[in-house]
Amino acid sequence: MTAATGIGARVLRTEDKRFLTGTGRYVDDLPLARATYAYFLRSPHAHAKIRSIDISVAEKMPGVVNIFTGKDLVEAKVGGLICGWVVKDKNGEPHKAPPHPVMAHDTVRYVGDTVAMVIANSVDDAKDAAEAIKVDYEVKPANIDLAHALDKGASEVHPEAPGNLIYDWEIGVKADVDAAFAKAAHVTKLDIVNNRLIPNAMEPRAAAAEYDKGTGNYTLWSTSQNPHVLRLILSAFVLGIPEHKLRVVAPDVGGGFGSKIFCYNEETMVCWAASRVGRPIKWTAERSESFMTDAHGRDHVTHAELAMDKDGKFLALKVETIANMGAYLSTFSTAVPTYLYATLLAGQYTTPLIYANVKAAVTHTAPVDAYRGAGRPEATFVIESIVSKAAVEMKMDTAELRRKNFIPSDAFPYQTPVALQYDSGNYPPIIDEAIKISDYKGFEARRAEAKSRGKLRGIGFSSYIEACGLAPSNVVGSLGAGVGQWESAQIKFNPTGNVQVMTGAHSHGQGHETTFAQLIHDKLGVPMDQIEIVHGDTATTPFGMGTYGSRSLAVGGSAIMKATDKIIAKGKKVAAHLMEADVADVEFENGTFKVAGTDKSVPLGQVVFAAYVPHNYPLAEVEPGMDENAFYDPANFVYPSGTQICEVEIDPDTGEVEVIAHTAVDDFGNIINPMIVEGQVHGGIVQGVGQALFENAVYDKGTGQLISGSYMDYTMPRADNFPSFKLGYKTTPCPHNPLGVKGCGEAGAIAAPAAVMNAVRDALAPLGIKHVEMPATPLNVWQTIQGAHRAAAE
Amino acid sequence: MYDFAYHRPKSLADAAALLKGKDEARPMSGGMTLIPTLKQRLAKPSDVVDLGGIAELAGIKAEGSGVTIGGMTKHYDVSVSPEVKKAIPALAHLAGHIGDPAVRNRGTMGGSVANSDPAADYPAAVVALNATVNTNMGKHPADGFFKGLFETALKEGELITSISFPTADKAAYMKFPNPASRYAMVGVFVAKTKDGVRVAVTGAGPAVFRVKAMEDALAKDFSSAAIKDIKIPSGDLNSDIHGSAEYRAHLVGVMARRAVDAANK
Repeated sequence: MTAATGIGARVLRTEDKRFLTGTGRYVDDLPLARATYAYFLRSPHAHAKIRSIDISVAEKMPGVVNIFTGKDLVEAKVGGLICGWVVKDKNGEPHKAPPHPVMAHDTVRYVGDTVAMVIANSVDDAKDAAEAIKVDYEVKPANIDLAHALDKGASEVHPEAPGNLIYDWEIGVKADVDAAFAKAAHVTKLDIVNNRLIPNAMEPRAAAAEYDKGTGNYTLWSTSQNPHVLRLILSAFVLGIPEHKLRVVAPDVGGGFGSKIFCYNEETMVCWAASRVGRPIKWTAERSESFMTDAHGRDHVTHAELAMDKDGKFLALKVETIANMGAYLSTFSTAVPTYLYATLLAGQYTTPLIYANVKAAVTHTAPVDAYRGAGRPEATFVIESIVSKAAVEMKMDTAELRRKNFIPSDAFPYQTPVALQYDSGNYPPIIDEAIKISDYKGFEARRAEAKSRGKLRGIGFSSYIEACGLAPSNVVGSLGAGVGQWESAQIKFNPTGNVQVMTGAHSHGQGHETTFAQLIHDKLGVPMDQIEIVHGDTATTPFGMGTYGSRSLAVGGSAIMKATDKIIAKGKKVAAHLMEADVADVEFENGTFKVAGTDKSVPLGQVVFAAYVPHNYPLAEVEPGMDENAFYDPANFVYPSGTQICEVEIDPDTGEVEVIAHTAVDDFGNIINPMIVEGQVHGGIVQGVGQALFENAVYDKGTGQLISGSYMDYTMPRADNFPSFKLGYKTTPCPHNPLGVKGCGEAGAIAAPAAVMNAVRDALAPLGIKHVEMPATPLNVWQTIQGAHRAAAE
Repeated sequence: MYDFAYHRPKSLADAAALLKGKDEARPMSGGMTLIPTLKQRLAKPSDVVDLGGIAELAGIKAEGSGVTIGGMTKHYDVSVSPEVKKAIPALAHLAGHIGDPAVRNRGTMGGSVANSDPAADYPAAVVALNATVNTNMGKHPADGFFKGLFETALKEGELITSISFPTADKAAYMKFPNPASRYAMVGVFVAKTKDGVRVAVTGAGPAVFRVKAMEDALAKDFSSAAIKDIKIPSGDLNSDIHGSAEYRAHLVGVMARRAVDAANK
């Protein structure tokens, strides 16, 4: 084993060779013989009754193979798309579950809702035919504004959800919290919006399907983050295709960020239609379709209050949130603003009493579901914004107020008042390191220097903790999840000593082909170029739950480690036989089996060969072959934590906010590949800053049109918006998984928005400004400043 | 895209003939606006006449102390041209900040000026420098050329062959980009020539416009202090999620002052 490619090494990524040379194979690249192409006709209205759909002209147009509408699905008794997590409301009742048809048949409920599927010999033929489809809509009022979505009289999205309420959920004991507030020396209040985002993975969603008449087998290629889960949903709930007759393949996928977890309309339709059309069907979303129909993220309106004693010790926190579900409940939507949000409201603090009430509302907008961080960015944004506001009100240093309330390092495992038990952590050294790296102490001098140039500098903290490495199955099951959250691994050696490792995780940017290989190299001593990591195909990998929630290393990597244990245990028996020794005396290190206290040794490769050519082999005790699998269900979530500090400079003439410096110190437990971890942190910070300063999904409040429907209006963060980030690491290994790792994929996006917005508020505080909403665009900042000038003049 | 007939004529006369009498025929220069429009099926021309093969539309020539730029000249070429940098460096600077490198290596001055996108950069330069738009049917002075949203004084079948820019004693362009598209939300080109001072604003309204109050003040005192109290009325200005009319009106003042400071450097 070489340190250069083992655990902890900055190994360059195996997968980059094909990604950087244009030889990756994405769904759209698939060369399917005699393929047809699908194009979806979508609703131009946010809310309308479909009076009729006339396809008589369209179906006769050149190149058209078939046209399907929602009525065809009703006749074929196709199921609806499911929501996989039953959240129980305050009264123990399951949430309202309005139907989610695969294509709309009597009502369209958001701009982009699917109305018809045209299948033709080319995309242009399909588009031409789609334009000839006559849909008679009766337009109805649209319910768009989340803050008023639950008001009496707001336009009803589903009759099954009266008042547009999906659930009214709570955690904590309100009476206890109210009592603590009554005795508090100081209460800080905050009204805050977590703005809606559009995921924008580089590769748009795509699907292709083929039906084999001879065997009755379907193959569905999809840009899915979790092919087995998609297969299970389509088989058991939506299409009724027996699971063993449906193969789902997620080949190279260009980013997901959560948006590719869910079971969507288009891939369902492509799969269903494949057997009716008799030729393969391909579909790739155009970017404007992605904008309209990829599950959007975030979209909360929150009122929060923090009660403190006279010294700033947190006594209690109460939070009321309205969360947008969009027009239909997407696969995991209900869990995001409840179990992935409210259970994080303790943050890094010892706040003893917490109450949260979350009302989920349907609106005439695209479905909303998990997006990088999924609930935890929303929680961190609330806590870290209110803590910074409290520091200002209490006239305390913002770092000191946090430090005063940190869970002490000797208090772990720490049971929070919101269900989660944090397993490990040590927060003070993290904030100390962040303070050092960012030169927090020198900030006031920099603020003064900027002021001399007519600019406003601000600095903001965000001390986050999050729960990832989803998840202990019994815990999520008790909370209403329809599935477990274990992970699988199969380690299959070939007779010539190289090895294929099949994982139920899926890599769509995470670099698993490299990091998982590092685990195999480190534990079994196999050289990196002799290891292949296989993922994404339900036909060749064991059942797995896929990749999201920063789970692949903590859960998938742990399954791999368990499988390596089995390989070593079996290998020892074979090696003992080959070395004529007692198995108790056999040790394994650096790819070699040795007899303790002797110079007898046999390499793993020889053991593997013997297992496949068992001429001299303990057949009475051990089977031939070297092929072991393992399933791993985590004992707890993992809890990465950290502190980010953002320094901004605002030009009051234009309202532009420049990020001068951004520091992130994280505890991810043990680190397998520092380069990949840095990449995750960089990407997460960019997405978090993107939310704070640039991105915003905007619907017209009257018509429900998606105004931010392209990059002309949806501001993506670009490389030239950022300085180089300053990163640091502290380590408290996870005590409950074999690698001691915590997830790192979402942390940057979870912490960053609060750090940026706290910095913006700090910069504008000298003008008497107390609050700025996200995103802090130049227009927003300038208008806020004008408002403060006007208020000062009065 | 919808289907269309594609042509690549070798001369202006051939191009004019291909466009004559067909009101659904469109000329194409760099295609940086037309091609996305076609891909989104927002236009259905019967014919696309690609002007890229016409030699007489290319080239940058020094003329007198000014410069004449061929209609098919790419933004990149304007930005690095020694002739442009000598005659009006502010124009080279403007061209170097249009779009992004991919756009600058295809987009053309003639195409941009003929399109009159309210957020394009060149119209501000054309008006502020009092340039002359030369076509296959005559010449147009800058004033009155840009008539409104995507509307110019060009007649049916009239093609820009070149634009002649005089030199300036002092000139600068300051652009506040739309954060998403990076088109000009407000772009102000200020120029002091022997004929006086002109201030042209793009991005803020339906088409480029001049600010007479600023021109008069700067003619007396070419300094940013001279225009610091001049406010632009917001009534007719564009408003969208990135900039309200009031914000744009404010930015016109900010960018004008910064342009004057830059011109004075």
